[in-house]
Amino acid sequence: MAETTATTPEVTVKEKEPLFGKAEKKLLLDPLGDTNPITIQVLGICSALAVTSLVYPSVVMAIAVVFVCGFSSLFTSLVRNKIPKQVRMIVQLVIIATLVTIVELTLKRFNYPIYKQLSVYIGLIITNCIVMGRLEAYAMANRPWRAFVDGLGNGVGYGVILIIVAVIREVFGKGTLFAGSPIQINIIGASNDEIGYLINTAAESGFGSLFAGYYNNNLMVLPAAAMFIIGVLIWIQRSYRPTLVDVS
Amino acid sequence: MELFNIFIKAAFIENLVLAYFLGMCSYLAVSKTVTTAFGLGLAVIFVLGITMPINWIISEWLLSENGIFGMDLTFLRFILFIAVIASMVQLVEMIVEKVSPALYTSLGIFLPLITVNCAILGGSLFMVSREYNFTESIAFGLGGGFGWFLAIIAIAAIREKIRYSNVPPALRGLGMAFILTGLMGIAFMSLMGIDPAALTAGK
Repeated sequence: MAETTATTPEVTVKEKEPLFGKAEKKLLLDPLGDTNPITIQVLGICSALAVTSLVYPSVVMAIAVVFVCGFSSLFTSLVRNKIPKQVRMIVQLVIIATLVTIVELTLKRFNYPIYKQLSVYIGLIITNCIVMGRLEAYAMANRPWRAFVDGLGNGVGYGVILIIVAVIREVFGKGTLFAGSPIQINIIGASNDEIGYLINTAAESGFGSLFAGYYNNNLMVLPAAAMFIIGVLIWIQRSYRPTLVDVS
Repeated sequence: MELFNIFIKAAFIENLVLAYFLGMCSYLAVSKTVTTAFGLGLAVIFVLGITMPINWIISEWLLSENGIFGMDLTFLRFILFIAVIASMVQLVEMIVEKVSPALYTSLGIFLPLITVNCAILGGSLFMVSREYNFTESIAFGLGGGFGWFLAIIAIAAIREKIRYSNVPPALRGLGMAFILTGLMGIAFMSLMGIDPAALTAGK
């Protein structure tokens, strides 16, 4: 009788990775500082300049980009092994274009004034380099959940810079915050008639005489101001991270 | 002369880069030397000049209510426009590879990246929102491309020279390019409000 030894097949138990572990946290938080899409990777600048004259459209734009970036990364990652190499770019663009069409139609239905204000720039989310950049760099090579988190993280990093620039431009350029939305806050007003402003810079008012003579900075209303502000943000960021300084 | 006015307007007064800040990503990335900027600028003129009329045909004859399908299919605009642009850029890539392999290698990844250049899609979307007709869209495409070409050559030339200046270390390179572009944008604002039609009509 032949001795048969039953060999138990080697079963490796793959440790179940946590849903939101260290890797996901890194993907989510890194774009806020070290790998920021706008200031470090230099992507997605086009819309950052044009919509940031007011804070409210910028917030809407940021939410739209977070949505598109996250879900396009997710869907691309789901089909990444099935796309032939030749049509890779077209498939990615169709995924992004479909998501942006959804965003556009949603905005058109629920908030028509903002849709009119953002007009062309919603469509330009398709060509927003951040979305394509993350698809090519991460989603094509990683699993869906990680890709989704990475997309969200980069969208949020973009949104943070957008809102910083928009706040500076609106407060100093128009003296309000969230103008055009239901939660408008008036911050700096230059005449006594503008009641409700937090800082009234009219020379006659008691508190305002400290800031007397400040009028709305019209440079901030120009899109070029966004370029200056982002240039200064890059300056500040690179001063704290000397490794990123250009040595050319 | 209406076409010439549109060309001049798109090239100088409403420059896609300096007035609307479209196409910034490749604008900042390729403008390190004038030779690469020159090549990319020519490619952009070509792509804009070709995709505009094609997108016009699609928008007017296929997607609008008066088109051959008879239904309002404008929600398909984004997908079709970007597909046309991607195909045209593929074509340009093949042509450049045949005609000038040196330029092809020096442009590298940025030639296919013209597809996601905001200026191309933005130009088409402007054309739709301003409701140009067929010949006007060609003029707008060529004018916009020419303006983009001028802008990227200008900033490349300035960046080549400013490498020898005493810029603070953290501001060198990218930060300086942003500030330079902002200044150029303000300079181009001086052209805002010029109406070529009124000027030529006055003569």
